Amino acid sequence: MLISIGSIFISNIVLAKFLGLCPYIGVSKQLDSALGMGMAVIFVMTFASVATWLIYTYFLAPTTQNILFMVFLKGKGAPPDLTYLRTISFILIIAALVQFVEMVIQKISPTLYQSLGIYLPLITTNCAVLGVSLLNIDNNYSFIESLVNGFMSGAGFTLALILMAGLRERIELANLPKAMRGVPIAFIIAGCMSLAFLGFSGLSF
Amino acid sequence: MKVTQELFKGIYSSNPVFRLMLGLCPTLAVTSSVNNAIGMGGAATFVLISSNFVVSLIRKFVPSKIRIPVYITVIATFVTIVDLIMAGFFPDLHKSLGIFIPLIVVNCIILGRAEAFASKNNVFFSLIDGLGMGIGFTLALITISTFREILGNGTWLGMPVFGSSFKPALLMILNPGAFFTIGFIIAFLNWLDRKTSVSS
Repeated sequence: MLISIGSIFISNIVLAKFLGLCPYIGVSKQLDSALGMGMAVIFVMTFASVATWLIYTYFLAPTTQNILFMVFLKGKGAPPDLTYLRTISFILIIAALVQFVEMVIQKISPTLYQSLGIYLPLITTNCAVLGVSLLNIDNNYSFIESLVNGFMSGAGFTLALILMAGLRERIELANLPKAMRGVPIAFIIAGCMSLAFLGFSGLSF
Repeated sequence: MKVTQELFKGIYSSNPVFRLMLGLCPTLAVTSSVNNAIGMGGAATFVLISSNFVVSLIRKFVPSKIRIPVYITVIATFVTIVDLIMAGFFPDLHKSLGIFIPLIVVNCIILGRAEAFASKNNVFFSLIDGLGMGIGFTLALITISTFREILGNGTWLGMPVFGSSFKPALLMILNPGAFFTIGFIIAFLNWLDRKTSVSS
């Protein structure tokens, strides 16, 4: 509960942690595509959190539970510390996962694929997904906590993206100075939103 | 002539941060002080040059279907190297940059240059391109962090800039300040472009 409220509002992945800004600025021009991107991110982020947590705990971490340790060293001696492989293994897992999700969606729902198609490959390089996976490990979350954090961070991303898209659709019509149009004003809006979300940091349980 | 052109395009005309809107996450997250900005810029530049070099070397052998995973693996290798070097030699910097060092892997500038430039050009130009883009990225980080650190903390690289009567605007160090700063810088560049294109 604490994690879920926390990762949607208090430490919102976009506005407080600065992760996933490229799609946040790039895909927030229209409400429809923002919604699609958000859904894709929630989906991938939840699975990525689970997959990376499992890989880290059972293959990389220097504990006696390490499967490689049990199989190759038969539980003797010190468990191997493979944590330096973290970055490489996580990014490969995420890339494979995104590819997999893309194939599944293409098979199950061609219309959804049509609208999400171009965003899915982009998710691989969405730093929010890798960021959440790494934060789960850094914060020593348990399996369930990682799952919840992954899902809720995705929800927080979607919330921020949709709010932004709604605002940008309106601001298209506003009479702005020419130099401010497009991206600059998007950043200013993001700043104001971040300011508003800063108010949540006073929440405590 | 072409060498300088490749070098300078990364610094001004297609600056990765201000023009191409790539690599925004680290740009905003680590620019609360100039010190962090230089550390991040240096790390990213190293990765950019090395990965451009390797990608350019192997560009003829990699089948185009699996090129993206191959490039990401190359990049992740160099990021791990930087991560370990920083943890060993600059533990303080490593701690304050935190999660953003492993996140260099997904910095779109690096994959973007590997895909758009290094996979199509020879080794020498790829190196130059990596260097130019890296410098452009570092300069952008330093510009943003200069504004934020001076306004938000009253210091530059840890040295006080104003007298003791200066009350720093804490907002600039916090997250919203980052968004405002980059928004105004991009707006300023747009304005400058329009101005110069009108007069010429």
